[in-house]
Amino acid sequence: MAEKREVLLSVKDLNVRYTADRGQVQAVTDVNFEIHRGEFFGLAGESGCGKSTVAFSIMQLLKGAAHISGGSIEFAGKNVLAFTKEELRTFRWEKSSMVLQSAMNNLNPVVTIGSQLMDAILAHEALPKKEAVQRAKELLKLVNIDENRIKAYPHELSGGMRQRVVIAMALALKPDLVIFDEPTTALDVVVQYNIIRRIQELKAKMGFSVLFITHDLPLMLEMCDRIAIMYAGRMAEIAPVGDLLEGASHPYTSGLLQAFPSLVGPRKPLKGIMGSVPDLITPPPGCLFYDRCAYRQKDCLSAPPPLEAVGENHTCACYHRLKKEGE
Amino acid sequence: MGNPVIKFDHVKKHFVKRQGLFGKSALKAVDNVSFEIQQGEILAVVGESGCGKSTMAKMLCKVYDPTEGSIYVNGTDISSYKKNKDVAKFRKEVQMIFQDPFGSLNPAHKASYIVGRAVELHYPELSKAEVKARVVELFETVGLTPAADFMEKHPNQLSGGQRQRIVIARALAVKPSILVADEPTSMLDVSIGIDIMNLMIDLQKKEGLTYMYITHNLASARYMADRMVVMYAGNCVEQGATDEIIAQPLHPYTILLLSSTPEPFREEKIEIYASENLPDLTGEMNQCPFAERCPKATDRCRREKPEDYRVGGRLVKCFLYEHAATAEEVGIDVSIYNKVK
Repeated sequence: MAEKREVLLSVKDLNVRYTADRGQVQAVTDVNFEIHRGEFFGLAGESGCGKSTVAFSIMQLLKGAAHISGGSIEFAGKNVLAFTKEELRTFRWEKSSMVLQSAMNNLNPVVTIGSQLMDAILAHEALPKKEAVQRAKELLKLVNIDENRIKAYPHELSGGMRQRVVIAMALALKPDLVIFDEPTTALDVVVQYNIIRRIQELKAKMGFSVLFITHDLPLMLEMCDRIAIMYAGRMAEIAPVGDLLEGASHPYTSGLLQAFPSLVGPRKPLKGIMGSVPDLITPPPGCLFYDRCAYRQKDCLSAPPPLEAVGENHTCACYHRLKKEGE
Repeated sequence: MGNPVIKFDHVKKHFVKRQGLFGKSALKAVDNVSFEIQQGEILAVVGESGCGKSTMAKMLCKVYDPTEGSIYVNGTDISSYKKNKDVAKFRKEVQMIFQDPFGSLNPAHKASYIVGRAVELHYPELSKAEVKARVVELFETVGLTPAADFMEKHPNQLSGGQRQRIVIARALAVKPSILVADEPTSMLDVSIGIDIMNLMIDLQKKEGLTYMYITHNLASARYMADRMVVMYAGNCVEQGATDEIIAQPLHPYTILLLSSTPEPFREEKIEIYASENLPDLTGEMNQCPFAERCPKATDRCRREKPEDYRVGGRLVKCFLYEHAATAEEVGIDVSIYNKVK
């Protein structure tokens, strides 16, 4: 990508802490990334790596024990963390919306999907009811659901259809950014396929940016433009999909890519990544992946490696990154 | 082929479902399924939610009895085991590994007790020291080394992968010859799950175990299994060698499943039409269960239920293969499935 694209979301040095009995869990530490307008950006990583916490920070949905202890989040040049209550209300849904993992189960079971869709619209725009009904019907059509189902209750729809209703709700106010947090994890592959295709079509039509969070790397490699990999609350690598398919720079990304069995090519033995994530209340000094890394060296323990550019649009946080042939 | 260790012979499982105040109907969770598993083989049972794969696992473990048909283990119909003593003996042969390692271990007990209890119950003649030695051995077999580091821990102090290893150790405690694994890695992170799969393959080689491996993930079936059974709506629609099925799927449902599975290294993107309407599993099924979603369906598919047709080493439940021997002959291009980017 030669032309400079407009940055829609910029997360800088984000730090999030959870207060636990034993101390502060360093759930997200010094996370930096940018999402461009119209980009399909993936955020991957395993359980507990902080990927959902990042999403919740952007939407300002962190509650209770969690708090943002540092850094900034800028959306179209405005500081999200400094929003007033009213600004935040407009920001959520009108500028940026979110689809959660089991969102299809979050629909109110005693209210028709039509009125739930209209609720979202009417809370933000003063429209006559007739127009709102019309908008709700259009939204259903957008996600391939017959508009006559507007009076259906959630239990009358299949899991995939309910998830599409939630996607329709997220798009109701034409936001600039839609965050999908594991939107298809609880669904079968055929249903997943349909939902992903729909998201891609709608994105092409409406031009929103996507922050797509999942642990399913093959899925992400198929659909995203750029992928960020998190490990233990820190960013390990951010790279265009093409670069990752040729081979990762960070040993963790590389290990992850090699742990997925494939449907094509020769069958070969795969290896997992030995060990487990360090305790994030008292994290060890240096690189947090050190204990599990096959390429570790003494200097890895000096300080956590910073994200450094290794190619166009490609950054990696490792002192001894893996190099491609001929590099 | 030699004598199969496990044989499903026209097995059906119908659950009674209430309808209205007095009505009843049968939900056909598993409808007339037949297959065999040979000694030391891993057979994958693949399908989506509600296809009947877990019901099959539970029938093999005698949690449910089949409504019709028989399941043979080492040549004996397992429904003939009725007395507690016989069932206990059967349980020494067949053990199960569950999906959820967070729910299948008692949180109140230490890991050593959880595994030791299984040894004590099935080998009452062993002394305390012998039981302990056996538990240490089992911990080491499943890769929890040194065993002393893990024995005194409660499940909540262990990671998901370590818990699943405890579950496997507990299953191995009775020296079974058959393991039924129901989605054993689907709740684990991939970097951990792959090592659990490797452990299972290792045990198959070293201990000569036979597996029925249940999964919704085709890539993991390919990684683990020699042969596989593809299930749809209670029916086995295709069975044969895993490599053959994944490189050249024959049944339209297998094709749909394979096309929907993300595979970034496949050369071409596959565009498919995928309807999500699942058939009603109650009532008489006088048609192909996949007919409503099948792009190749004809009138005959909606009138008549297909049988298994033999295509090379495979069995395919689809009229297309009544006379045809390859996918090309029926006008399906399957060359795209095996092209690497």
